Amino acid sequence: MRLEAKNIGFRYGNGPWLFQHTNLTVEPGEIVGLTGPSGRGKTTFCRILSGYEKPPEGKVTIGGLPIISKGMHPVQLVFQHPEKAVNPRWKMGKVLNEGGRPDLELLDLLGIEQEWLTRWPGELSGGELQRFCVARALGAGTRFLIADEMTTMLDAITQAQIWHAVIEIARKREMGIIVVSHEAKLVERLCHRVIELH
Amino acid sequence: MIQNLHVRKKEENRFSLNRRQRKLVTSIVAAIVLLGVVVVGALLDEERIATNLIARNLAPSFDHLFGTDWLGRDMFARTIMGLSLSVKVGLIGAIGSTSIALILGMAAATMGRVADRLISWLIDLFLSVPHLVTLILIAFTLGGGFKGIVIGLVLTHWPSLARVIRAEVMQIRSAEYVQISKQLGKSKGWIAVHHILPHLTPQILIGFMLMFPHVILHESAVTFIGLGLSPHEPAIGIILSESMKYLSAGMWWLAFYPGLCLLMIVQTFDRIGENLRLLLDPSKSND
Repeated sequence: MRLEAKNIGFRYGNGPWLFQHTNLTVEPGEIVGLTGPSGRGKTTFCRILSGYEKPPEGKVTIGGLPIISKGMHPVQLVFQHPEKAVNPRWKMGKVLNEGGRPDLELLDLLGIEQEWLTRWPGELSGGELQRFCVARALGAGTRFLIADEMTTMLDAITQAQIWHAVIEIARKREMGIIVVSHEAKLVERLCHRVIELH
Repeated sequence: MIQNLHVRKKEENRFSLNRRQRKLVTSIVAAIVLLGVVVVGALLDEERIATNLIARNLAPSFDHLFGTDWLGRDMFARTIMGLSLSVKVGLIGAIGSTSIALILGMAAATMGRVADRLISWLIDLFLSVPHLVTLILIAFTLGGGFKGIVIGLVLTHWPSLARVIRAEVMQIRSAEYVQISKQLGKSKGWIAVHHILPHLTPQILIGFMLMFPHVILHESAVTFIGLGLSPHEPAIGIILSESMKYLSAGMWWLAFYPGLCLLMIVQTFDRIGENLRLLLDPSKSND
């Protein structure tokens, strides 16, 4: 069940092409880094892979088959800003269970405390919120995880804890990960191979 | 002397509330007053406004607080019953209008470009003509009476609230957590109910509260010119239009008290709506 992006091109309306003829293959269990300067379409490419955006050119397949748009998407994206990715009028328990009930082991690994589940999003810090976003994205149906600057705004200790948890789960479930980051050290440490977008 | 002052101040402080609590208390008192009017109006029986030709044209006294009219009917009872009817009409009209605004606003923002164009056009159409004109037209076409006026009110008061709701939904629809929800496999309906609706509650509540006085005043206005409720019903608009003839005969109380009461009821509701807005709006919670 490999994730394949073939000949992807993207542009806004009839504007100039942001990128064209882009190919990417990610095997299950593989961790791929994606780097490049700002504004080259890293995030857009990730949004295409995870189904947020329909590419005007090319196609994304999993195991050779196009992705069904109904139900939970097998490729899940974790955004950079957890405050925006959580409904401010929901308690955290509801946020966590939106994509299905994650098991206790996962919560433990990510360091999510039971007490937090009854709080409002405004009562948690950015790092704590991001753990929820990661846990939500790691539902039962997730085959690939895309971390778009997932830990950029967190301190080193929190970064380490979240990445440890994610990598452990990825190994256990044979899940592929795409890491988008500007931090060369982090990408080098985590990934099996690194792709630079020009 | 100075000590004395100090002690008194402390004593006052014990019972003083902050502005938030004061707003809450005034809102509750205002709600109780409104409810009281409705209940008392419903409990008063028709006998209280029976004609009594012996007691005609009496000025206000302790027997008849608001005086009596040219048929000897007690104006106090008539006014209370009229207010009760007005509140009822206002409630039905405002609830109906708010529902239309909610449905159309949501539909415009979620059902694609064609639906949005159509609904926006409809909103502009209704806003381009004064409320009262459309209301008179609809009430007249439907033959007046309770049904005509209520349908007219429901069909004319939704546009501005619908516009607010449409804008709000559009903003939430593009929020990241809604896009994520879609990718987590949630249906459009589920997202509308769980993500979008909770964000609309304050707008709907306050829109409803501010619409209410509008509806009541328009009901009275249309009834006043004779296109609304039928003359034997004790509506404020009817009381006012009937007493017009008798004003020149010096019977000022026929129009003065009912008009004043109507203004007070409208003011009360407006106050509740305004307080609720200040209490619910997070950015104004410290005012």
